[in-house]
Amino acid sequence: MKVDVVIIGGGPAGLAAALSCHKHGIRDIIILERDSHLGGILQQCIHNGFGLHWFGEELTGPEYAQRFIDQVEKAQIPYLLNTMVVDMDEDKTVYAINPKHGPIKIQAKTVILAMGCRERTRGALMIPGGRPAGVYTAGMAQRLINIEGYMPGREVVILGSGDIGLIMARRLTWEGANVKMVCEIMPYSTGLIRNIRQCLEDYGIPIRFKHTVIKIHGRERLEGVTVAQVDDARRPVPGTEEYVSCDTLLLSVGLIPENELSQKANLQLDPVTGGPVVDEYRQTSVPGVFACGNVLHVHDLVDYVSEEAEIAGYGVWRYLNGLASQLTRHVDMRAKIETGYGIRYVVPQRISGEEDIELFFRSDNIYDEGMVELTDGQKVLASKRFLRIVPGQMERFKIKKQVLSGIKPGGRLLIRWRSLA
Amino acid sequence: MELICILCPRGCRMQVEPGADGQWVVKGNGCSRGKDYALQEMTCPMRTLTTSVWVEGGTYKLVSAKTDRSIPRDKIMEALKQTKRLKVKAPVNIGDVLIENIAGTGANLVATRKVERV
Ligand SMILES: Cc1cc2nc3c(=O)[nH]c(=O)nc-3n(C[C@H](O)[C@H](O)[C@H](O)COP(=O)(O)OP(=O)(O)OC[C@H]3O[C@@H](n4cnc5c(N)ncnc54)[C@H](O)[C@@H]3O)c2cc1C
Ligand code: SF4
Repeated sequence: MKVDVVIIGGGPAGLAAALSCHKHGIRDIIILERDSHLGGILQQCIHNGFGLHWFGEELTGPEYAQRFIDQVEKAQIPYLLNTMVVDMDEDKTVYAINPKHGPIKIQAKTVILAMGCRERTRGALMIPGGRPAGVYTAGMAQRLINIEGYMPGREVVILGSGDIGLIMARRLTWEGANVKMVCEIMPYSTGLIRNIRQCLEDYGIPIRFKHTVIKIHGRERLEGVTVAQVDDARRPVPGTEEYVSCDTLLLSVGLIPENELSQKANLQLDPVTGGPVVDEYRQTSVPGVFACGNVLHVHDLVDYVSEEAEIAGYGVWRYLNGLASQLTRHVDMRAKIETGYGIRYVVPQRISGEEDIELFFRSDNIYDEGMVELTDGQKVLASKRFLRIVPGQMERFKIKKQVLSGIKPGGRLLIRWRSLA
Repeated sequence: MELICILCPRGCRMQVEPGADGQWVVKGNGCSRGKDYALQEMTCPMRTLTTSVWVEGGTYKLVSAKTDRSIPRDKIMEALKQTKRLKVKAPVNIGDVLIENIAGTGANLVATRKVERV
């Protein structure tokens, strides 16, 4: 089979990218989704708070997903469910398996990666102790409670203050569990502040900053955990250990882009985001391969995922119509944006400067009162003022193409924080 | 006192202090909705309840649901008791009313997911 666009993943990123391609007049599209339904992870996020930016109203995850699914159905964009993409070549051949059709090989002109992310598991944390039942990632617990109808436990400790963990603290409380505490190794929360307020403070659930779980107790079933305070180097402080009995430990310690396929296709990856390096059209280092959504970098708001997918669709249209210049065809020719003081990462990491762009970035700490600046090493090209930036919240920064006109192919730019306080 | 607005992801930190005329004075809100939220929060905090309820004969075991407007926070546990006893029949569509006037709050519990009949 030969197609213009293959979209891998039918979550919010894949659906919005498909709609964007369609809006630009592209018809030869196929969405490949490994699950039995479209909508991605949103189907299990039954809480509200989605869509404020995109739809101007507050929706739950399934409602947000359904709006996009309805539009995809209406536009008659083809999709295949229960179809797992297992391999991809640099020449954009995509290999998938489907129980009805067996192995499928598709030669695509362009590919949009929209596979989302996965949760960091206990293995990535290396907490000492046995392997008892009762240790879950927060997303797994979310699926059990909201989709399957199982209660994972009654006495719960949550490690990590990511949004999914915070939301689950409230969900578990509503289901009658006793959530004893949230331990966060950093001195600040990695989740949205509104979730600390409405999921923890509303129910009197304590959050302990600079604390972590150092031991897991129990053989068959989890019986308790030992928590301890950590120092600035995140080492446990002797004498601060405390035993907390519980039958469930939820891990909410971060998400990692699903990048197995990206690696197979030899895409250049960003070690900080964990996703591919892209330009402002969300094109990766392999011309014609684009990425958007959580597979590119982990978003806290699905609205931004939809926006980014729209950009990727536009990039695909440019590429298919021969509008992508030499500059945007080869990653090393585009100017590189490096991160300076205070900035943990920036997306896109490369820019051609052909059009106005918007940078998405995250800070590496909490900073009050200051400017984010884009410089060419000598002078400041653009800046934006912020009252506060926090690592748990992705920020955005618009840049006019005029200020980028001087940048040379392969040049370097720097984005950094400058405090005004 | 300090309040955090939960109406949108910006999460503004607001200061609420009694003013000279006995009215509350709100500072730090990023938009006008924040002020209304702060005043509401000082008198009767309101929250939207989201949950899942059992469904019979559907393509999924559970259907997700929400209150169609926010309800007083102290009514949440009572509302949840009502949802736990509930079992609805497939098919269910987004917006279908599953419980009317839940816990006497005037809000309805409505489905947020489509579940087809098997
Ligand atoms: C457990 C969890 C809870 C979250 N909760 C929230 C929340 O409450 N609010 C919020 O704004 N954001 C939340 N997020 C972030 C959320 O992931 C994004 O908002 C949004 O769903 C990302 O969209 P996406 O399309 O990039 O990824 P996803 O929604 O994850 O969609 C990716 C899709 O790709 C499919 N896929 C993956 N690999 C393959 C393959 N090889 N072949 C075929 N298909 C494949 C998957 O099955 C999935 O359907 C949550 C994330 C997780 C993991
Ligand atoms: S005050 Fe307005 S901008 Fe600030 S969090 Fe509330 S709704 Fe959002």
